[in-house]
Amino acid sequence: MAFRNEDDKTAYWKENISLLVKLLVVWFVVSFGAGVIFADALNEIRFFGFKLGFWFAQQGSIYIFVALIFVYMAKMNALDKKYGVDEE
Amino acid sequence: MDVQLLTFIIVGASFALYIAIAIWARAGSTNEFYVAGGGVHPVLNGMATAADWMSAASFISMAGLISFMGYDGAVYLMGWTGGYVLLALCLAPYLRKFGKFTVPDFIGDRYYSQTARTVAVFCAIFVSFTYVAGQMRGVGVVFSRFLEVDIVSGVIIGMAIVFFYTVLGGMKGITYTQVAQYCVLIFAYLVPVVFISMMVTGHILPQTAFGATLADGSGVYMLDKLDNLSTELGFNEYTDGSKSTIDVFFITFALMVGTAGLPHVIVRFFTVPKVRDARKSAGWALLFIAILYTTAPALASFGRVNMIETINGKDMAGTSYAEAPAWIKNWEKTGLITFKDKNGDGKMFYAAGSIDDPTSPNEVDVDRDIMVLANPEIANLPAWVIALVAAGGVAAALSTSAGLLLVISTSVSHDLLKRNFAPNITDKAELFYARLAAGVAIVIAGYFGVNPPGFVAQVVAFAFGLAASSFFPAIIMGIFSKRMNGKGAVSGMVAGIAFTAAYIIYFKFVNPAANTPDNWWFGISPEGIGTFGMLVNFIVAFVVFKLTGDAPEEIQQMVEDIRYPKGSGAASAH
Repeated sequence: MAFRNEDDKTAYWKENISLLVKLLVVWFVVSFGAGVIFADALNEIRFFGFKLGFWFAQQGSIYIFVALIFVYMAKMNALDKKYGVDEE
Repeated sequence: MDVQLLTFIIVGASFALYIAIAIWARAGSTNEFYVAGGGVHPVLNGMATAADWMSAASFISMAGLISFMGYDGAVYLMGWTGGYVLLALCLAPYLRKFGKFTVPDFIGDRYYSQTARTVAVFCAIFVSFTYVAGQMRGVGVVFSRFLEVDIVSGVIIGMAIVFFYTVLGGMKGITYTQVAQYCVLIFAYLVPVVFISMMVTGHILPQTAFGATLADGSGVYMLDKLDNLSTELGFNEYTDGSKSTIDVFFITFALMVGTAGLPHVIVRFFTVPKVRDARKSAGWALLFIAILYTTAPALASFGRVNMIETINGKDMAGTSYAEAPAWIKNWEKTGLITFKDKNGDGKMFYAAGSIDDPTSPNEVDVDRDIMVLANPEIANLPAWVIALVAAGGVAAALSTSAGLLLVISTSVSHDLLKRNFAPNITDKAELFYARLAAGVAIVIAGYFGVNPPGFVAQVVAFAFGLAASSFFPAIIMGIFSKRMNGKGAVSGMVAGIAFTAAYIIYFKFVNPAANTPDNWWFGISPEGIGTFGMLVNFIVAFVVFKLTGDAPEEIQQMVEDIRYPKGSGAASAH
């Protein structure tokens, strides 16, 4: 087994899932929240020349998607190292 | 130099480049043919994934759709990018650690069932064929408009090129050609938009330009002007849209989950050397995709304003048909623009409503698909920009076709032949059958390109709905629930597909007249029903699993092993 003991294995998976859940909450809030469900309300707010809900739906959510994957990558690589299950 | 000669030169040069790369990257083994030997650099793989993903639909049709749909176009923008977050976080790293060649490989092994593998193979083949027919058509349209060869010759030229580098190079050849195709298509997409952004608002970045004020000194925001124009002509406000919130929600979700479940996208993550590379590669892929996807809405809104102003004139009184710009006449010849002088004043006028409806002031019918291709002409850009856009459209169509054809050939030679009928086949023979299958698939795809079934547009909903309601839940449960068993997963897949297919077939083919929001369940259109199908899959799988008991111990062990990166080898057949 790659892990030092059973507890480590459980803890690693738990931390992984908790990171996933946090990032997916952001994923959901910016796209389905700001871009769809609350788009009409946010459209009352101006963001430069855009209505904010429209901006989230056609621009903002995409930028945040990209950022989410890179955050995930960095955090997971650190997590792998912490538990000694990285590939180096 | 005239446009046509320039187009020949630029498109011809790009073809020569693809062929040169194909010769350089020939495949010698099934490992190279299926997953490029598993040695592709993650950034290059990201680029190849982006080209693989961005099809003729993304390049040619998407901005046009947004242009006509306004806010509602966001379902494509978010749907076709948000899926990569799911892919990167929930699928790619684990499937890479699993280390096989194909998606049916995973489904078959994880659920220890030939039935599951076979169901997965047929889904993969169906989804890929649906998709590839549209690509070949895209090549045909570009050729017939810009090179003035007929669609049949256009499709045959396209087929020959794809045949050459798919059959010769397999995944290895495809990967490196896709890197080149990404560069061609993104450059071709950006150049005209940057030109137009600078002309209209003075911004270089299209992403900020369409939220800026107009360069004419009026101080009016571009989007406000577009909203006003739209309501004046009888359309909904551009930034508002006309779909219901629940439908936008369901369509976006179905496209995201469908994206994450498409076999030709998933298989790209088998080509990198390590699990950490799979994560990195997904990030780069989405970054490269986002460059086009954040530009498209800018192109859409500028294109809309330009089109309305060209046809209706700055004073919104209509312009004379006799003095119409050449692009209107050119596209009229292809049947994609129609003008009908209803009030007999010799002037064109564009507004809401059908040109056949006598009560509507609209006299011009413009096909959505021409927005990207016609945009450089509408904005009076130089001839080389027009030629470049043609090369970009072809690159987008070819790169996606090649990726899809590879999935088809792999499904036939590896999943069906090697894993079902002839397990003792040698590597060399398997490679021969893979090439043969790719060749046959190209011919079939080409046939559909020349004789497009009327339902190409309809079946796209199918491809995503099926991927969303079959593969995605099965893979997610296979990774995140180690006790999920084969019976549960297979029943879930079958129930999900059956439900989704029934709903789509009913509204698209059996009773298209009933395809209106009043008849839809909870107001969900056939495009968005995959989300519902996914839920059906999860629920059925869970119930059957509860009734039939845990997966065997060795399978649970295997699932635990794919959950951490250490010890990942190159992808292999065994």
